[in-house]
Amino acid sequence: MAAAAAAPGPGSRPGDSPEGPEAEAPERRRKAHGMLKLYYGLSEGEAAGRPSGPDPLDPTDLNGAHFDPEVYLDKLRRECPLAQLMDSETDMVRQIRALDSDMQTLVYENYNKFISATDTIRKMKNDFRKMEDEMDRLATNMAVITDFSARISATLQDRHERITKLAGVHALLRKLQFLFELPSRLTKCVELGAYGQAVRYQGRARAVLQQYQHLPSFRAIQDDCQVITARLAQQLRQRFREGGSGAPEQAECVELLLALGEPAEELCEEFLAHARGRLEEELRSLEAELGPSPPAPDVLEFTDHGGSGFVGGLCQVAAAYQELFAAQGPAGAEKLAAFARELGSRYFALVERRLAQEQGSGDNSLLVRALDRFHRRLRAPGALLAAAGLAEAATEIVERVARERLGHHLQGLQAAFLGSLTDVRQALAAPRIAGKEGPGLAELLANVASSILSHIKASLASVHLFTAKEVSFSNKPYFRGEFCSQGVRESLIVGFIRSMCQTAQSFCDSPGEKGGATPPALLLLLSRLCLDYETATISYILTLTDEQFLVQDQSPVTPVSTLCAEARETARRLLTHYVKVQGLVISQMLRKSVETRDWLSTLEPRNVRAVMKRVVEDTTAIDVQVGLLYEEGVRKAQSSDSSKRTFSVYSSSRQQGRYAPSYTPSAPMDTNLLSNIQKLFSERIDVFSPVEFNKVSVLTGIIKISLKTLLECVRLRTFGRFGLQQVQVDCHFLQLYLWRFVADEELVHLLLDEVVASAALRCPDPVPMEPSVVEVICERG
Amino acid sequence: MEDDAPVIYGLEFQARALTPQTAETDAIRFLVGTQSLKYDNQVHVIDFDDENNIINKTVLLHQAGEIWHISASPADRGVLATCYSQAADSKVVTCAAVWRMPAELEPGSQESPEDAASPAHALELLCLLEPAARGSTACVAWEPAGDGKRVVSLADSHILLWDLEGSSSQATLASSASLEGKGQLKFTTGRWSPHHNCSQVATANDTAIRGWDTRTMSQIYCIESAHGQLVRDLDFNPNKQYYLASCGDDCKVKFWDTRNVAEPVKTLEEHSHWVWNVRYNHSHDQLVLTGSSDSRVILSNMVSISSEPFGHLVDDDDLSDQEERRLEEKSQEPPQDSVIATYEEHEDSVYAVDWSSADPWLFASLSYDGRLVINRVPRALKYHILL
Repeated sequence: MAAAAAAPGPGSRPGDSPEGPEAEAPERRRKAHGMLKLYYGLSEGEAAGRPSGPDPLDPTDLNGAHFDPEVYLDKLRRECPLAQLMDSETDMVRQIRALDSDMQTLVYENYNKFISATDTIRKMKNDFRKMEDEMDRLATNMAVITDFSARISATLQDRHERITKLAGVHALLRKLQFLFELPSRLTKCVELGAYGQAVRYQGRARAVLQQYQHLPSFRAIQDDCQVITARLAQQLRQRFREGGSGAPEQAECVELLLALGEPAEELCEEFLAHARGRLEEELRSLEAELGPSPPAPDVLEFTDHGGSGFVGGLCQVAAAYQELFAAQGPAGAEKLAAFARELGSRYFALVERRLAQEQGSGDNSLLVRALDRFHRRLRAPGALLAAAGLAEAATEIVERVARERLGHHLQGLQAAFLGSLTDVRQALAAPRIAGKEGPGLAELLANVASSILSHIKASLASVHLFTAKEVSFSNKPYFRGEFCSQGVRESLIVGFIRSMCQTAQSFCDSPGEKGGATPPALLLLLSRLCLDYETATISYILTLTDEQFLVQDQSPVTPVSTLCAEARETARRLLTHYVKVQGLVISQMLRKSVETRDWLSTLEPRNVRAVMKRVVEDTTAIDVQVGLLYEEGVRKAQSSDSSKRTFSVYSSSRQQGRYAPSYTPSAPMDTNLLSNIQKLFSERIDVFSPVEFNKVSVLTGIIKISLKTLLECVRLRTFGRFGLQQVQVDCHFLQLYLWRFVADEELVHLLLDEVVASAALRCPDPVPMEPSVVEVICERG
Repeated sequence: MEDDAPVIYGLEFQARALTPQTAETDAIRFLVGTQSLKYDNQVHVIDFDDENNIINKTVLLHQAGEIWHISASPADRGVLATCYSQAADSKVVTCAAVWRMPAELEPGSQESPEDAASPAHALELLCLLEPAARGSTACVAWEPAGDGKRVVSLADSHILLWDLEGSSSQATLASSASLEGKGQLKFTTGRWSPHHNCSQVATANDTAIRGWDTRTMSQIYCIESAHGQLVRDLDFNPNKQYYLASCGDDCKVKFWDTRNVAEPVKTLEEHSHWVWNVRYNHSHDQLVLTGSSDSRVILSNMVSISSEPFGHLVDDDDLSDQEERRLEEKSQEPPQDSVIATYEEHEDSVYAVDWSSADPWLFASLSYDGRLVINRVPRALKYHILL
């Protein structure tokens, strides 16, 4: 039977093998079922039970519906060796035996069940016969009961009607009695002060009296009642007006009055008027706290008072009102909202006044805590009275204060900046120990920078309190977005950096253009400060800000690069201005020296003029000063013998060509040809040109300005022979000492050449000095 | 619309003084005075032939000395005044005198170049503007609209008003005033205002600008520290009576309203060295010319403070078409003040610039090395202003 193993594989082996006796019990049961089904021709169950089984149509399947023994035997014989045939034979015999015993068990079980079923049926037949008799008896009894009941009803009919009528009369009489007693009861109630009870009585009787008022007796009662009720109402009002009692009692009064049918409109007006009186008192006490001059309690205490007194009162009033006058509908709500709005705005005005007094103080944490309480307190009435917009107004106030605070901090920063500048000025103006020319310039710069930075950090920290998690308003959209980006970042930090640049720039445009107002060292220092800001500090500060105030707002902010560009521009302007101022100082010296001297009648030069030495000294001082703050910078390659150069050129042929004009108008250009050619090859000198951020460039600028001045002044004078020689000596001296300061020494040569040439031109008798003599004089001087 | 190339003329000597021949309104003519200590100085009369782009010159000898300032009479083409210096006894004195050009140079007589080559002609001295012991004269200014009879000269700290009589052959001192203050005050330059019936003169000394009433010879306004450093030149707006331009050693050009001198109306800072000269165009006062010792000449368009701040106004009646109206709207955009052009033909400091009196679109500039450059306003701008 299980020989299917050969073709369909091990998984399909039928599980009836004796090896698995317990575990395979259900399987075996099903197997038996299956075979029964097979016997009855229910092949589909077989198919369903063994979904993965072999093809049910397979004639070689022992369990299949289409099993063909011939085919199967044939197949076995053909495919299997003898041993296997023997095995399958014993196997098959065993299976047949097992099936036989199964079959016997089944038949025996079913026989037992059949016997017990027969017994049961027989017993049931007996029981039913007994039950039929009892049912018959029940039916007769029921008929008797029905009969009796009908008779009793008929007997009691008219008596019942009478009782009903009597009960009705009794109720009516009790009502009437109540009515007749009503005036006296009311009076008693009023006397006892049990207003609630009285109002309840009155409410019960009112409708009836109204209905039967055409009857004279009722009329009298009604009149009495009305009189009493009026008195009651009056008393209630009296109590209401006296107002000494608290808000809940008043609310009770109003409730009773309403129940008495007093006009709600009027009542709510009156109610609000009373509430207003109370709240105004609160406001007055708050105002008193504001005081004329010294605000006695601190702002925290003030907002606490306001919160518990005014805001609490307002809450109570609003709650009571809404409870009492809910029937009033939107008009009533509107009235309350207007009431709350008006008083709220007065309260806000007071709070704002108080907060304004706080603007000057530096303690942000106290202010923030006060604001927090203020805002928190107003949440309850805000929720209660959405229409009055109290919460919004409160938020607005908080925002305004925050904004003002930012402004205050900005001012503080600016003041700090100006203060540190004043310090620098004083330090610069302080008398110095001789020989120590401005040693503190770098230190001063560091001081200024660090003090500004620490001020900025302090401001940021105190402003940061506004956005702290535990503060109730910190999650408002303003504080999450605009405050951080527009407020702190833009108006405070960016605003400060801008204003710093502006302040610095204003030193360039100051009316004291002669440089008297601003010490040049300050210009230099500021320039370096701005440059430092451009390179590092700005981005540092902004990063710090962005980190502290996680900016979620998408509104555009000033990029770092723009600020840096501004700072750089400021630094450049300051440095350029510094160059101008210093150049001017030296220029003035040179100009005076040229203008005041009588060059025609001067003596033969023996010395370098003192002013030139002074110029060199000053230039050296400036060099030292700039060197303290700025790097050296690049200069062109120097020729080693630059100091050896003298003005020999002017005694040579070049001068002849240049300064001996011929009267040949046919070729007017020729005379200037040489000088023009020379100029063609030298670059045009921009005298007041923008400078770069290094020492050499600064010094070059100053020297350029000074020498150009010298040139222009020389051109306005007329020189005698010795005058020219003096200029020669002076220029050589300048040459000796100035070349080392500039980027391109050619420039100094060029300008000094020009000076000497111009002097020669302005001399009717140009006899230049021997270069060797010039050198000797200069070396001696 | 390409612009004509500048015309360059070279003098043999250094030169600082330049003026248009004010009385001449047909020919483009400039007078240039030279500076030479060793040779006879000259006044070059330079005629510019606009059509052929040719320069004709006439050289007149000015033997008195080197010329620091030159100005032409507004009434008589033949008359001019110079400030010149003379070296005498190892002292240099600057004097002023009125001269007459030789008669054959009067308009109508065409000088051939060969004639001009001969330095035979000399200026004829009419009169000296030199009272004794009044110091060096810095500047001579003619009454702009008058008949060439009144002249102001500035000598050291004195402002002198002269009446010229007998066809300028005699000068009598009409009135004078002097600066008082600490130190040695010295006028550097002055201009006669063409407004107020020619009764005002502005002068500069050091960093201050002062206005004078010629009728009473009293000061009417003073701009203390108008410039950071020395004020080099002044000019009145020919069409706006209270407007004054000044320039100086602080490289700036400033425009003032003389009714309110606390602040300049406008400041230009285009030059990189001292600005020596500033000149309003005689007809279109938005065109301002400046010359500087950075060897540049800058032509600026100061529309916003000119007498035609909105450009050329056209009546609406002339416009019927919508298209034209739109065109008009486009051109009515507020014009901006701007630098029109920077002229870099010079290689030395430019000490004088001036507009031609005949052609409002033409100007000359003179640098120290004796180079005179004649330039024109760019055509595009010219048409923009005219149309």
